[in-house]
Amino acid sequence: MSGRVVRAPLWQRCADVAARAVAAIGLGYLVAALAAAALARWLPAPRLEATMIGSLASFAIFAAVAMWAFAAREAWRVWAFGCLVASGLAVLIWLSLLMEPRL
Amino acid sequence: MKGSFRQSMAWLHTWSGLVFGWVLFAMFLTGTASYFRPEITRWMEPETGRPASYAQAAQGAVAYLTKTAPDAESWSITLPDERQATARLFWRPAPTPGEEAPRRRGRGDNRAVLDAATGEPVSPRDTRGGEFFYRVHFQMHYLPVLQGRWVAGLCAMFMLVAILSGVVTHKRIFKDFFTFRPRKAAQRSWLDAHNLTAVLALPFHLMITYTGLVTLMGLYMPWGVTANYKAPETYFEAMFPRAEEVERSGVAAPLANLPGVLETASEQWGGGRPWIVNVSNPGDASAVIEVTRHSGDQLAYAGGTLAFNGVTGQLISATPEPGPAVLTNRVMYGLHMGRFADPILRWVYFLCSLAGCAMVATGLVLWTVKRRAQLPDPDRPHFGFRLVERLNIGTIAGVPAGMAAMLWANRLLPVGMAGRAEWEVHSFFIAWSGMIAWACARPPRRAWVETLSAAAFLVAALPLVSAATTSRNLVSALLTGDWAMVAFDLTLLALGAALAFCALKAGAYRSAPKPRRRTRTEEAPA
Repeated sequence: MSGRVVRAPLWQRCADVAARAVAAIGLGYLVAALAAAALARWLPAPRLEATMIGSLASFAIFAAVAMWAFAAREAWRVWAFGCLVASGLAVLIWLSLLMEPRL
Repeated sequence: MKGSFRQSMAWLHTWSGLVFGWVLFAMFLTGTASYFRPEITRWMEPETGRPASYAQAAQGAVAYLTKTAPDAESWSITLPDERQATARLFWRPAPTPGEEAPRRRGRGDNRAVLDAATGEPVSPRDTRGGEFFYRVHFQMHYLPVLQGRWVAGLCAMFMLVAILSGVVTHKRIFKDFFTFRPRKAAQRSWLDAHNLTAVLALPFHLMITYTGLVTLMGLYMPWGVTANYKAPETYFEAMFPRAEEVERSGVAAPLANLPGVLETASEQWGGGRPWIVNVSNPGDASAVIEVTRHSGDQLAYAGGTLAFNGVTGQLISATPEPGPAVLTNRVMYGLHMGRFADPILRWVYFLCSLAGCAMVATGLVLWTVKRRAQLPDPDRPHFGFRLVERLNIGTIAGVPAGMAAMLWANRLLPVGMAGRAEWEVHSFFIAWSGMIAWACARPPRRAWVETLSAAAFLVAALPLVSAATTSRNLVSALLTGDWAMVAFDLTLLALGAALAFCALKAGAYRSAPKPRRRTRTEEAPA
């Protein structure tokens, strides 16, 4: 961005934007999808209801991740933290599947 | 990103808005038109008559189907409402033994369009009608349907991101409600126009974008379903419960009086309107009549289905009441479709949606206005700038021109032409791409004036084209009290005038002198 006196070289800025854009779209979708599934599994509501709440909320989660991908100070933080959240959600889903199989 | 949260959000707003802006503009404008989908269809099918009561139409439909397809496996009747002039029927023929059962949704040639009032078959000219604007709005065209829907979803997702980051960017959101400085420097006026159209209808923009994503949630976010159900069918059965299918008994029995059954259904719904009627095994002792409530009766889009014994007309079962989350989903769907809206509210929908188009358009223009002042040589801008500028002109004037061109084609293409409906659609894209080509060939200022004038002419001349080529015209609509068609012609004139006003303004526009000092980025989120 223009705040600095010395700007990073062009390729570096392009790589930064690309890393954030891929994180916003790809990682954002992954986290939103896993969150939808985790909510569908863990919410204390009938299955259909829980499924619906998770799906309805997923787009807000997607938007939040996408915005954060561009707001974070460094692009690698987005990837690191995003992958951490995604694996946390995946573990939650896996645990719930161990406890109770799918219909 | 370096810089503050607000600065990074301004950057995100600018670029997500720009990259998806052109497709979003087309989606927004065709979506806006779709609030008048039945009226557009009526206009594009001048061979059809006037809306009539559903009971009258049901009577005609049963008479037609009894004659045409007495031993069909099932009939489906989409009844007209006060905005539609036809009942649409299709039937599934009984499977011949040894032959594979046809696909559930395969409609093939087994369909008919009946006049709502007389019940006589009508054959309107081959056209997609308002259905095209509705479909292209969420699934594009010339692309496989699912791919098109994913493109629309990606655009909608970044619309949501652009709106949210735009709100963050905006530190004076309340004050800007009351700010419009048409005589200030160009950049300020464009910024004000962008803010005004965005902030004024902000709840609508947020609602329409989010609920738009929700309408195709099953495609975009199936993972909650996958996590809970092994087979998607189990989920669909829970979500859309249906009466069990019954085997044909082979004992002939006359069908119950359909208008009477519809009357009972309406009473069950406290005066609600029936919409889709499905009859399985008509003419057989095992016949079942399923009546689905009109999607515009309530805020929630799916109004429920009642099943009746097809011989006695007794109520057998009703779909269970949905839980709160499922109901929320249906309300979101209903909010997006706006079918529940009475005429006044429908106009509010239409105007808010037009404000959304203006928001996208002014945002796109603002991108160039803001950067032009900062160009090293404003007379010779770099390639990216020129590309954005030309695409802006070609799209902002081109999409309305394309939509009008489609209506021109509807009136001018020979009625018996092969592939007529497809050519109507082609004319939309031919006109739009023609406008982009025009914008590329001419100096930008001239291009704005010329393309906008052309669009204004194409839109405003439509009532005349219609009067010259069909029996539909403003005078006859006025004389017969066909207010929907009167409003249609007047709206075309008003939209044409609005485009002409834009062309006039573009002609009188003088680009601002290069500012001595650069404006601070945080004030101008573009």
